[in-house]
Amino acid sequence: MTAPRILYCHCAYAKVVPEETKQEVLGRLSASGLPFEAVTDLCEMAARKDPALERLADGGPTKIAACFPRAVKWLFFGAGFPISDDGVEVLNMREAPADEIVSGLLGEVEV
Amino acid sequence: MSAHRLDGTRIRVVLHDGDADTSQRLETLTALLEDGHSVTCAAAPPDPSDDVVLARFDESTATIRARVEQKIGRVDPEPSPFWKPWFPVIDYDRCTNCMQCLTFCLFDVYGVKEEKIDVQNESNCKTDCPACSRVCPEAAIMFPKYKKGPINGDVVRPEDVQSEAMKVDISTLLGGDLYAALRTRSDEARKRFSTERDESKALLERKRCLKKLKKQLDIPDEVLMTLPSAGDIEERARRAREKAKRRGERSQSVKDKKPTTEDDWGI
Ligand code: SF4
Ligand code: SF4
Repeated sequence: MTAPRILYCHCAYAKVVPEETKQEVLGRLSASGLPFEAVTDLCEMAARKDPALERLADGGPTKIAACFPRAVKWLFFGAGFPISDDGVEVLNMREAPADEIVSGLLGEVEV
Repeated sequence: MSAHRLDGTRIRVVLHDGDADTSQRLETLTALLEDGHSVTCAAAPPDPSDDVVLARFDESTATIRARVEQKIGRVDPEPSPFWKPWFPVIDYDRCTNCMQCLTFCLFDVYGVKEEKIDVQNESNCKTDCPACSRVCPEAAIMFPKYKKGPINGDVVRPEDVQSEAMKVDISTLLGGDLYAALRTRSDEARKRFSTERDESKALLERKRCLKKLKKQLDIPDEVLMTLPSAGDIEERARRAREKAKRRGERSQSVKDKKPTTEDDWGI
């Protein structure tokens, strides 16, 4: 079975995700050597209905590190690129500590 | 410095191998993300393509930025003003298509697409104003960058839908017709501007009049002070009244009939 893709949202245009959580998650993701996608701010992309969202939404099983799952789901939908309900897991960096997010993203493969 | 295309298009940078240590990797990634670019971290270099910039983790951030700028061709000498992405996001699992949000919004953020409420003018939305989410009877409107739930996307609990803070009935707000109230206050403010030398006094008066609205809906002061003109508000009030009248007439005979045209929504 192929590993789920990983998408990280940097939530750059507002301070709603704690800075330490973002830095810790991004640092450990890049240190893992695993492939992943990172975007500046999913909200901003959704507002512009950025066509790049299509590639991000359309990739099969995906783990997304961002904020509340309900918000992320309907942001993609509102931009015209719905994500599937199956196989997409959203990890909430607004609420969960970095450790939890990283183990959710990397599972057992963390280095 | 950030390097966006003048049309606002962002570039995607594909970062691959290279012997950078963890802190250099993080620095490069953070710099590119804060410049506004998407980044793909790949295990191996992909085939070159037109819409991406390839870079290695062990290259300096300055080198990668220079390559990005070269790819973009032109760099906006005056980057467009900062816009916090603030706009309503609708949870269609909850939305009942009642159109209260569309009727309420004075800035034409909402429209109708294929008979459904639709967010159409995101950038018209007033930053940090979550007012329309509070008039939604189903708690279906989110602002992902709002501080509190459920407006920020957190799970909606039964008490959120019931709570007074969440559920503001437009028709009873400010003791009756919201738009008439806004219009009156707007006219008052205008008169004061023309008759009083002390403009700050008039501004204070307008602020005071709208305090209730601000408190109930968490509307920032700046938004209250930039409400559309009295004429615009009057026009919306007229449409809202017509809509309510038509609804009343219709409700007797075709209670559950859904509107089929934009006109039916009174917009
Ligand atoms: S999707 Fe969530 S984490 Fe990403 S930019 Fe929007 S509010 Fe921030
Ligand atoms: S007010 Fe709420 S339920 Fe009604 S149309 Fe708008 S989002 Fe949907």
